[in-house]
Amino acid sequence: MVLESPPAAIPGPDIPTATPPIQPGLLELFVAFAKMSLAGFGGVLVWARRGIVDQHRWMTADEFNETFALCHFLPGPNIVNLSVVFGSRFRGIAGGIAAFAGLVGPPMVIATILAALYARYGEIDALRRILTGVSCAAVGLLIAVVFKMMMPLIKKRDAVGLVILLAVFVAIGLLRLPLQAVLLVAIPLSLGITYFMRQRVNG
Amino acid sequence: MNSQANPISTLVWTFGLMSLFAVGGANSAIPEMHRIAVDVHHWMDEKQFADIFAISQLSPGPNVLIVTLIGYSVAGVAGALAATLAMCGPTAVLAYYVSHLLQRSRHSRWPAIIQAALVPLSIGLMGASGLILALTSDQSWIAGLITAAVAVLAFATRLNPVWMLLAGGALGFAGVI
Repeated sequence: MVLESPPAAIPGPDIPTATPPIQPGLLELFVAFAKMSLAGFGGVLVWARRGIVDQHRWMTADEFNETFALCHFLPGPNIVNLSVVFGSRFRGIAGGIAAFAGLVGPPMVIATILAALYARYGEIDALRRILTGVSCAAVGLLIAVVFKMMMPLIKKRDAVGLVILLAVFVAIGLLRLPLQAVLLVAIPLSLGITYFMRQRVNG
Repeated sequence: MNSQANPISTLVWTFGLMSLFAVGGANSAIPEMHRIAVDVHHWMDEKQFADIFAISQLSPGPNVLIVTLIGYSVAGVAGALAATLAMCGPTAVLAYYVSHLLQRSRHSRWPAIIQAALVPLSIGLMGASGLILALTSDQSWIAGLITAAVAVLAFATRLNPVWMLLAGGALGFAGVI
């Protein structure tokens, strides 16, 4: 489960397919999402796109981008939201649950086994050293994703966005304030400023 | 929340609430998970938190599974299940309703505005995650150097991240770090 690629990295729309989308069944949804999830060492999103758009042709590339954009602005794990929205579009609530169970179930079993192994053998010296090395690298990956996501803001010279970004970074990272308190101030503020700026550009 | 409370209900309450505030996905919520697991409830120490993050990156599946590992360390298999469902459930229900709502008003410009407003917030949160995890993981200058090298490699190349994780593990095993 290496870090998700930033939304800006989603490939643009392909040539739209003329064939009508095929309707997947519940078991098909479960199996498809389980496969994407278990393949998802390089970010589940890439595999989800490949499975849904290229392999099964359940959605066109445009529909996929639209659905992902929606799931990105909602809170919570994006790819989990995507599975629910996607599954329910074809098979209602049962479809949403089937896709969600496929996405989260099998890797959760693996994670639980790893957690049990860690609880039992976590103090072994060799394992400790390996985990220390892996976590150094994992933090580096996270930092790289942060810079990748910042690039569009820097290119657009979005000063307001960068100031908000920095303020959130300081409040959470340095001052260690609770998330809810910070977001209750930051979300309305950022929404208000964005809305106001767009009004000015349009008007 | 007092420490005598049933650990399962504490997990459900904590992650259920966090789910609705995790703007930009699970990685943005890492500072909050760290604050709650290490500072508030003392479920684990700094080192264990860094280990859990490393394990979560090594296993397949969505990033959100770090909560499975936290849940397991608090209350075993039941804790793992409770934490995962609590972190995914509320936002999944929200996503279901919002997507049905938006199907009817597809050309509204609000989704674009909301997204533009939330992107800087989620990047700031992920930056804070990076800082907090770097402070716990990088206990020596060579560890910091490896983090920096991976950050540059992952930023500038399309190398599969799994190789960098494995290289980090190998260096750790060799006793370099």
